[in-house]
Amino acid sequence: MKRVLMIVLFFGALVGVWQLATMSGRWSPVLLPPPVAVVEYLSGALRDGTLAEATQVTLYRLLIGYFIGIAIGLPLGLLTSTSDYFEDTIGALALGLQTLPSVCWVPLALLWFGQTESAMLFVVVMGTVWSVVLATDAGARSIPPIYARAARTMGSEGFDKWTRVILPASLPYVVSGMKQGWAFAWRSLMAAEIFVTILTGFGLGHLLHYGRELSAMDQVIGIMVVIVLIGLGADKVLFSPWERFLHRRWGTGLK
Amino acid sequence: MMLADEASFEVKPSPPAKLAIEGVSKWFRTPRTSVKALENINLTVPEGEFICLVGPSGCGKSTLLDIIAGLTTPDEGRVLADNQVVAGPGRHRLVMFQEAALFPWLNVFGNVMFGLKRVSGLTRKQRREIASYYLKLVGLEKFGKSYVHELSGGMKQRVALARSLAPDPRVLLMDEPLAALDALTREQLYSDIQNIWARRRKTIILVSHNVREATCLADRVFVMSSSPGSLRDEFRIDLPRPRDVNSPEVAITASKVMAALKGHMSVSPKAVE
Repeated sequence: MKRVLMIVLFFGALVGVWQLATMSGRWSPVLLPPPVAVVEYLSGALRDGTLAEATQVTLYRLLIGYFIGIAIGLPLGLLTSTSDYFEDTIGALALGLQTLPSVCWVPLALLWFGQTESAMLFVVVMGTVWSVVLATDAGARSIPPIYARAARTMGSEGFDKWTRVILPASLPYVVSGMKQGWAFAWRSLMAAEIFVTILTGFGLGHLLHYGRELSAMDQVIGIMVVIVLIGLGADKVLFSPWERFLHRRWGTGLK
Repeated sequence: MMLADEASFEVKPSPPAKLAIEGVSKWFRTPRTSVKALENINLTVPEGEFICLVGPSGCGKSTLLDIIAGLTTPDEGRVLADNQVVAGPGRHRLVMFQEAALFPWLNVFGNVMFGLKRVSGLTRKQRREIASYYLKLVGLEKFGKSYVHELSGGMKQRVALARSLAPDPRVLLMDEPLAALDALTREQLYSDIQNIWARRRKTIILVSHNVREATCLADRVFVMSSSPGSLRDEFRIDLPRPRDVNSPEVAITASKVMAALKGHMSVSPKAVE
């Protein structure tokens, strides 16, 4: 209860400062709209369905791109962790491409795929895969070798050892890899939506982009708030249950 | 500790195995140097004997245990288990490590079941009964649902002992499993191990740097010296069982073993002079 109160106080104070700043009259309301204007825009967008539609379009792209990224990234990460040969090749490639900001994939995606959903998806996947590979690789390498040794003496070899020992042992690292992948996918998609205008779907990034074109600051801020909330919500829904599970089993994160 | 009642399950225990280590040598190679870790180790262990290898750190005793387990291949020589050459790890030679090496994603019962699940010819019910029996044998029947991090160091090693015993191996290899425990817990485990060994006879090889522990537990104690690791002296311990680690007889015998061990230390006082 005390923690909830602290949260309410903190965010209430932030909004309060914002409100005071707009009331001071130092900044034009075009550039800094009051909180009420943002809330009005959001409730309007909610009522006419723009927001729901844009969120749906964005989340659909995000989930597809993310799961493709995970499906490619996790096995590759486990692969690079097992041999120096793959580490020197695929691992080096992943490290190189991970340093490339995902926006940099946009020109290439536009030329290859045109203004299509594929271009969008390509950017998200490219933004996700490499960070998942690196996180999984680093994680799987830090599994205590004693687990594999103990498993081998108990007659667990090959496929059985992989599915029953290596994979569960790397679970904490796999989850942190997936979490990192999610953050990267989210960033990539927003970059793609801001830069790629397509007719097949109008996502949150597009709303943000047109907010700027129309100088509608209430829309820009409102959409930013929505993007942050979705990011927080995803963390709670997708990853918190896993993390609680891991903390209970591994005895980590206990206070 | 109270021992559990006779096993209720109808599974014939495997007989203990005979081990023969013939001319085993091992080098450790790094890009720059090559160190001889083990030199010409010869040792025969009859069925059901309790052997202990003592020696200073770095004398290759753990490496020797790894070779017997099949986790490491020797550069020369071979290991025979019941006249079969050891080519890799197998479930009839289970290892207990210094760290318990329990799996955190499984609960205590799941850990004991892990090796059992890889034993063919048992029903699900039999496996569960065997796992419960061994958990009871080590006094942890109430902790089946606990997770590994909730146990103390001594409890972890007890689970590791149950996990090693449950698949009914013919040889139990122990790599300093008690070294990290406090003295009281260790003494409790000495009597547990003796009880369990009396009841379910296995061929046991225990690696230790604790001479008292070796004398208390083993039929024969071998003293190793380092660089290169080799077997130097053999002590046959004929004291009656069960033995108390604090008894004067154990202490007296241990002091003889200790004297031999000190005699082989690479930097003995005489060598300094």
